[in-house]
Amino acid sequence: MTTLFGVFMLTLLVITALAIVRTSHLFAAVILTSIFSLLMAANFFLLDAADVALTEAAIGAGISTVLFLGALALTAEHERVTTVKRLLPLSVVTVTTLIMIYATFDKPRFGDPEAPVHQHVAPWYLEKTPEYIDIPNVVTAVLGSFRGYDTFGEVFVVFTAGIGVMFLFSARPGNRKNSQRQATAEPGQGLRHYLVPRVVGRLLIPFILLFGLYVQFHGEYGPGGGFQAGAIVAAAIILYALLEGETQALRALPLSALTVLMAGGALLFGGVGIAGMLLGSNFLDYSVLAADPIAGQHLGLLLIEAGVGITVTGVLLSVFHAFAARGRV
Amino acid sequence: MTMTLLVDIASWILLSLGGVLIFTGGLGALRMPNLYTRMHAASLADTMGAMLVIAGIMLQAGASLATLKLAAILLFLLLTGPAASNALASAALLAGVRPDQATDSTAEDSK
Repeated sequence: MTTLFGVFMLTLLVITALAIVRTSHLFAAVILTSIFSLLMAANFFLLDAADVALTEAAIGAGISTVLFLGALALTAEHERVTTVKRLLPLSVVTVTTLIMIYATFDKPRFGDPEAPVHQHVAPWYLEKTPEYIDIPNVVTAVLGSFRGYDTFGEVFVVFTAGIGVMFLFSARPGNRKNSQRQATAEPGQGLRHYLVPRVVGRLLIPFILLFGLYVQFHGEYGPGGGFQAGAIVAAAIILYALLEGETQALRALPLSALTVLMAGGALLFGGVGIAGMLLGSNFLDYSVLAADPIAGQHLGLLLIEAGVGITVTGVLLSVFHAFAARGRV
Repeated sequence: MTMTLLVDIASWILLSLGGVLIFTGGLGALRMPNLYTRMHAASLADTMGAMLVIAGIMLQAGASLATLKLAAILLFLLLTGPAASNALASAALLAGVRPDQATDSTAEDSK
């Protein structure tokens, strides 16, 4: 039954992907991308990867769509039609597809317990997590502690991406005001005309924030963690910005505070690692943070997850405000 | 025994009713003549259909934490579904799509 459902979802995924390629209407393409992410999240969930599914749903289907729409507001609504020779790209794609299909012949069967991925280090993680870290969610244990270096790198990738976007967008083309856009867009107004969404949105924002905190601190016991929580908190604040206007959101959480959040989260992560070094162990080894090694691991995971969440929130909000501010120029 | 049977029957009635509503909603979203009628059909599936399905699953889950979570989702859908439809309709109206158009001016756009 689950296999049948999985095949159905994958088919929908392919149909959505084809529709994204075929449409020249960029607005439709953005919405289709959001649907694609949601289907992808459902697929991840069917494969029992709840943590990844949560991330995909929050970032792929949620925040990315808002950012795409923000970018779309700055450009044209339709794709420019190009008439170039398609023979070379077609042959490249065909050859790559054939090679990839050929490569799948060597792959182990789906769910095969003898597959290398289930035989390499995974059994060790599953066996040792209760002993060394003692939390129910092995994903968080692997992500935060056993492979803390990888997560540290990911946080810095997010941080660098945020800095990159801020650099790109703070370079304003000349200093001329786009009077036409200002006349139509009424900057900083938000959804002043829409009574119902504003009332409902105001009602929901505290609960979205609460859910974000739940996901943040429940990551050791169930699906969740810093990446997902950061996206959810950022979504709540973006909703606030959409409802009350961007200036109001910036008054609540100014750009300088966002910069501090961006850097502070990454610094907290690195600081926890260096604290481990100073206490006489390796970088990102949390066992020495408390008298009891397991309590130390818990403390370390709590702190680095907080760091991840803070950085992700800061970066997503900075990118959102960069797009929104661009519209006002 | 009879109690579980009754709960099962009630749950299946809710689930099928929800399924029928979602199907008609989808059909309406494809077949209705203009934007507002299509949105009306879609919001029906969105709100009532999804709510009936969740109510059906709640009966299946019985008195457990899952039911509480489903109730939270139900409340969330009850609030956001109609609000989203309302926002979409107001946006369309502000963008100049008139409700009294018999034929569809947005059809070429969505293709």
